[in-house]
Amino acid sequence: MGSEMAMRPLLLLPEIVVFLGGLTVLVSGSFLPRTRQWVTRVIAAVALVAAAILAAVDLPGPAQPAMEGTFTVDTATGVARIVAAVGTLIVLALASDEIAGSPRESETYALFLFSTTGTLVLAGADDLLVVVVGFLLASIPLYGLIGIARTPRGAEAAMKTYLLGALFGILLLLGVTLLYGVSATTSYADLTDRLAEAPQGVVAASVVAVLGGLMFKAGGVPGHFWVPDAAEGAGGAVAAFLTTVPKIGAMVAAYRLIAMLPDTLAWPLLVAVLAVASMTLGNFAAYWQSDPRRLLGWSTVSQVGYLLVPVAVAGRSDLALPALLLYLAGYTVTNLAAFAVTTAFPDRRDLDSYRGMGRARPWLGASLVVALLGLVGTPPTVVFAGKLTTTAAAWDGGLAWLAVLVFVNTVVSLFYYLRWIAPVYGRGEPPARTLPGAFVPRAWSATTAVVTSALSLVLGIGAGVLWSVFSI
Amino acid sequence: MLSLIVFLPLAAALALLALPRLGDTAARWAWVAVAAADLALVVAAWLRYETPTAGRLAFEEQAEWIPGVNSSYHLGVDGLSLPLIAMTAVIFLACAIFALRETDRPRLQAALFLFLQSVSMGLFVAADLILFFVFFDLSIVGMYFVIAGWGHGNAARSAMKFFLYTFLGSLALLVGFIGLYIAADPHTFDMVELAEQTPFAGSSLAGGLVLAAILIGLAVKTPTVPFHTWLPPAHTDAPAIGSAVLAGVLLKMGTYGFVRIAMPMLPEAWRDWAWVIIVVGIVSVVYGALVALAQTNFKRMVAYTSVNHMGYIVLAVGAAGLVADDTAQARSVAVTGGVTQMVSHGLITGALFLLAGVLQDRAATYDMDSYGGLAGPAPRFAAFFAVGAFASLGLPGLSGFIAEFQIFTGSIAAAPVTAIALVGILLTAALFLRALQRIFTGETRGRSVGFTDLRAAEVWSVGPLLVLSLLIGVFPRPLLAVIEPAAEVAVELVGR
Repeated sequence: MGSEMAMRPLLLLPEIVVFLGGLTVLVSGSFLPRTRQWVTRVIAAVALVAAAILAAVDLPGPAQPAMEGTFTVDTATGVARIVAAVGTLIVLALASDEIAGSPRESETYALFLFSTTGTLVLAGADDLLVVVVGFLLASIPLYGLIGIARTPRGAEAAMKTYLLGALFGILLLLGVTLLYGVSATTSYADLTDRLAEAPQGVVAASVVAVLGGLMFKAGGVPGHFWVPDAAEGAGGAVAAFLTTVPKIGAMVAAYRLIAMLPDTLAWPLLVAVLAVASMTLGNFAAYWQSDPRRLLGWSTVSQVGYLLVPVAVAGRSDLALPALLLYLAGYTVTNLAAFAVTTAFPDRRDLDSYRGMGRARPWLGASLVVALLGLVGTPPTVVFAGKLTTTAAAWDGGLAWLAVLVFVNTVVSLFYYLRWIAPVYGRGEPPARTLPGAFVPRAWSATTAVVTSALSLVLGIGAGVLWSVFSI
Repeated sequence: MLSLIVFLPLAAALALLALPRLGDTAARWAWVAVAAADLALVVAAWLRYETPTAGRLAFEEQAEWIPGVNSSYHLGVDGLSLPLIAMTAVIFLACAIFALRETDRPRLQAALFLFLQSVSMGLFVAADLILFFVFFDLSIVGMYFVIAGWGHGNAARSAMKFFLYTFLGSLALLVGFIGLYIAADPHTFDMVELAEQTPFAGSSLAGGLVLAAILIGLAVKTPTVPFHTWLPPAHTDAPAIGSAVLAGVLLKMGTYGFVRIAMPMLPEAWRDWAWVIIVVGIVSVVYGALVALAQTNFKRMVAYTSVNHMGYIVLAVGAAGLVADDTAQARSVAVTGGVTQMVSHGLITGALFLLAGVLQDRAATYDMDSYGGLAGPAPRFAAFFAVGAFASLGLPGLSGFIAEFQIFTGSIAAAPVTAIALVGILLTAALFLRALQRIFTGETRGRSVGFTDLRAAEVWSVGPLLVLSLLIGVFPRPLLAVIEPAAEVAVELVGR
């Protein structure tokens, strides 16, 4: 029995810690009185920090197979673990204002942790069945999270997400079943060779189905319909979570899938088409949104398009994987910064209601500018470094046209981000709007917005360090 | 040294933001002090400057930044950039002095302009394409907030238009940069290495496409016809010091990119497309002048003359690509003239836009027909204005003449047909004389009545710019001695 055939559960310690953290939160939440539910938040935070530290300790080591070769602990898994844990930690900070003292406080935290575990499983999956497990574990808590808001919009969004999730889950399973049918294996290690000899039509159809499932999880075309509704209808912290953390697992899983496939079909082209569709549709749909969260919801659809660019050249350029990881890390921090501004003012659900905020709250205004221009990809934020390296990877991998389309889309996207920035710094506002009293932010969200946007700048300037870690 | 010059203003800007208790007056004077200190540093650098050998830079600094894509924090200057950073420092100091009377959020304004100063300095000393791009993009962000925050008229709309246009250009530029990076072997963003390698040697199609992306990016920023449409509204609605920085410094980022990036890194493509560049230059010169002639709004008029003046530079760098054995000398003269024009236009247009700010401040209109006989109540304003106008139309004894004379000498020797652009000089002469006549001569009427003459802060900000233009005009040697060797190197590089 070789080392690939060993279980070595200790390698999955970060996943285990997050999952057990979720269970502990769930159980202790039911014993704690309403006023002391904050204890569960601390437990959740401790679990996430522990997972991130454990992942960081593992990071410099060589790639190691776990669970009989169905799961890989390598740089990509390690980075996804850290980014997802930190991302969920930031979401917890946002949730502190919103959810503290609410009837479903500990349940919300538990669901965050379970969904995060699913994302981590997806990121490390080296076997189609593990992909399915990760998909379900990441998705099912999300349905509950979206519906927990108990508003008509929240209920509608939960229903929509659930139905689409069921559909794409079935599609994913169908794809996995067919791939198993033509190759008699679900392990990536064996699939590459066996799929090369399998009937190409079946392979193509089933890979499209699997990719479709992952796109649902990531919130990209064609599985994107639920994203803007959920971003708008769910609570602020949940919206921030679902547009950020599940992507981390789904994109790394998509990368591994594409990198594993044999060269028999034009996979780069397929992914490139999905990328273009995602970024273009997301951008154009975001144009006239007036609700900032819905706008961010569509913006996240377009960001999945950019994230798919390095996936399209998986295995064809050395830049692809580090570029994907850099973009994921940068996007997570920057998108959460933008959401933090919306949760700082939960009642301002119209772009125009931010009029004068820049003068009343200069630090929050600056954070919003950094976050939104960061999402555009303006230097020196970290998303710029991500966009630069992903497009360089696309060009290097023979898809120069895709790099050009990324930039065309970036310009298109600029307009709607500026639609939000413009009122924030609107001139000639009546003093009532520009005095600090007009904008009283929620404390945790405001701090989180400033910290995450500063982080976006710091990581951008220090992108070289990240890059050297990501390309181990 | 260079890092200090670049980041001193930024550090001061952060300090200003972090000290909200600082009074407005203190903030304004702090801005002047920092701008003056930065200028002093640049002067010190100039005094210690020795022309580097071909392919090298003076005061080089290099540190790893994103080693994975071979992008480093690399700074350095040569004869192409040193005059521009000096001009930048002068313009920003002039703006700081001009803004001493500002009452609208002076602390924030000072911080924003100090930020812009860092960005502009950084761009001209960057020796790495990504570093260059970072500064290029941040200049757009900074200027957006200047126009949107302190502009007048339809400022929000103009700022948006400015942002969208120039950001589009910057992304085209980035596409070109990535193209250069991919084609280089080993992959690198380092400007010095790329100029040495000329990555697209021998592949004219790919080289042409990459050059096209870079040219479009730079042409939007410059701006040349037909990418100039963002400029007049941005200028008209920007505050006076914003216009001075936009026209004086930011436009040079485009033309500087031609000589620093496009020419040395893509010499083959540059030679292939030289005629296209020349034609764009000539069209910009003539069209800019003609449209300026038709304006009744003084600030729009100056904005269109910028299109015209930038056209001369495009013409000069285009002519530098017409490689023939006996024209090396002439082409080097043209490039020298182009760089001189960048400095000269910065000083003169900076002064003219600050003077336009005086019009807005006193009478709230730029409409030339609203004034008349202004020389009576405001003799100092009239005198300054006249000097600025004559400098701009290229009168001998002022810097514009030195620049345009060299551009035409060099270009016409390389390609006689470029003499068509001489029409531009005639037209600008006509339009400036007509503006002088409309605003200053005749009976004092309309908004001229009760117009107060220049105040001390205005004299001390506009005056030095005009004096420098005059100094360059009568005694150009020290400036040309710095530019000429670098221009020769640039011409040599494009001839490879």
